[in-house]
Amino acid sequence: MSHWLPRTYLALVYLLLYVPIAVLVVFSFNDSRTGYEWGGLSLRWYEALFDNRAMVRAMWNSLWLALSAATVSTLIGALTALALHRYRFRGKQILNGMLFVVMMSPEIVLAISLLALFLLVGMQLGYVSLLLAHVTFCLPFVVITVMARLSGFDERLPEAARDLGASDFVMTRTVLIPVIMPALLAGWLLGFTLSLDDVVVSTFVSGPTYEILPLRIYSMVRVGLKPEVNALGTLLLVFSLVMLILSQWILLRSRR
Amino acid sequence: MRNLMQQPFRTAVLVLVWGWLLFLVLAPNLLVVGASVMTRSPGTFISLPLTLDAYRQLFDPLYLEVFLHSLYMAAVTTTVCLLIGYPFAWSLSKVGKQRQVLLIFLLIVPFWTNSLVRTYALKLILATNGLLNSALMSLGWIDEPVQMLYTEGAVVIGLVYLLLPFMILPLYSVFEDLREDLLRASHDLGAGRFSTFIHVIVPMTLPGVLAGIMLVLLPAMGLFFVPDILGGSRNLLVGNVIKNQFLDARNWPFGAAASIMLTLAMAFLMFAHRLSKRRIGEDGV
Repeated sequence: MSHWLPRTYLALVYLLLYVPIAVLVVFSFNDSRTGYEWGGLSLRWYEALFDNRAMVRAMWNSLWLALSAATVSTLIGALTALALHRYRFRGKQILNGMLFVVMMSPEIVLAISLLALFLLVGMQLGYVSLLLAHVTFCLPFVVITVMARLSGFDERLPEAARDLGASDFVMTRTVLIPVIMPALLAGWLLGFTLSLDDVVVSTFVSGPTYEILPLRIYSMVRVGLKPEVNALGTLLLVFSLVMLILSQWILLRSRR
Repeated sequence: MRNLMQQPFRTAVLVLVWGWLLFLVLAPNLLVVGASVMTRSPGTFISLPLTLDAYRQLFDPLYLEVFLHSLYMAAVTTTVCLLIGYPFAWSLSKVGKQRQVLLIFLLIVPFWTNSLVRTYALKLILATNGLLNSALMSLGWIDEPVQMLYTEGAVVIGLVYLLLPFMILPLYSVFEDLREDLLRASHDLGAGRFSTFIHVIVPMTLPGVLAGIMLVLLPAMGLFFVPDILGGSRNLLVGNVIKNQFLDARNWPFGAAASIMLTLAMAFLMFAHRLSKRRIGEDGV
């Protein structure tokens, strides 16, 4: 088969994928007020962004939420993966199935079910409800990442540790945790990004006391153009890129 | 079987995991099922008596039209993703291994970037005085700006842009596993390229196609922020209806019933996916 056809096709699709992102980045440095014409280079939208106190607060809120959601989901996700890998227990298939369903079901289905739960138990919507929701949708991704790591690992190591008298807890700490460390880091970074980007679930389970960045962007972009969003989008893009490179680097390095 | 007390760690882990999933996955979903057969109530959201009114309301012509329009846009989105994604994944699997890693990386970078911001970027391009109209006018292809934003097409473009990687990745994984020996066998037995494609390649990549459809079709009915930003009020998704019922109209039974229809659609697609994989297992080996 000739080579140029598939390659040209790949290049074309990548071009289409990246044009909007490039436009966003270029326009974030645009001095023009209207947002459509080029008016020269400027950092004014970045300044406007950081002068906006509500925006800065939303950034910190989002960052804190993403940090905590990623940490909690990594902890619980890692324990779940270990349990699925190590233990035989009743209902294992059901557990697996529930995680799969959470991962596959449309976000909006998860969103309304959690909203219904929180309102019926009388929980005030805010940081705690956001945290519980974000941990729930990050969880399956962490479990899968850690499970993948565990499946390629020598079963005799934990057996040896047990034979030498280590308790389950000690064996987990000294044998399993070091093995799954790269997967934990990758899972944490994935959870962090998922949490930072989520719009659908957050729209339902957040309250007025804790405004987060995606919701602030959402209310800004619904009507007209807001050049600050270009600047904010560029910053988020750079941030995600750093996180992604970091996680890939960790995974690649651990494979050697 | 050892005594529970001898394994406090194991017990703690299992209690934590089960507790989380039962309280935050199973209970909320049962709640939604329950809400869908109850009566709307202003104070407590839902109350007795039990009724199927919410499901009947789904077939109210007003809503039925919205749902069918949403399904139509989701179907177009899925088809476009498949038409772009299938040759894309195929081409990708033919590139050298080293370069594949980089290309996959480039494919998931947008996926890791805030989806609202990416949808907004499309607005810059599609607006009446946006980049695409200016470009077409300066090329002399059109005389005056074409209305692109707030149309059905804009919603489909937005959905395709956000969901394309979800179609490509499962397709890529089946093309990666495509067995060269079967292709050669087909060739040796005298099949032409077209015949090999229809009888060997299509059936072998079918699980990937179905997985891709599953990952694109359902979100394409749920991502309510895409029509909010690009589509105007006439191109709503099922997701917009669910959101309005829960957050604005406070009609939980109806919102819940709509959500259950989405879940049933998901169950159906998962079942089809399973079936196709089993068929390949029997015929392929």
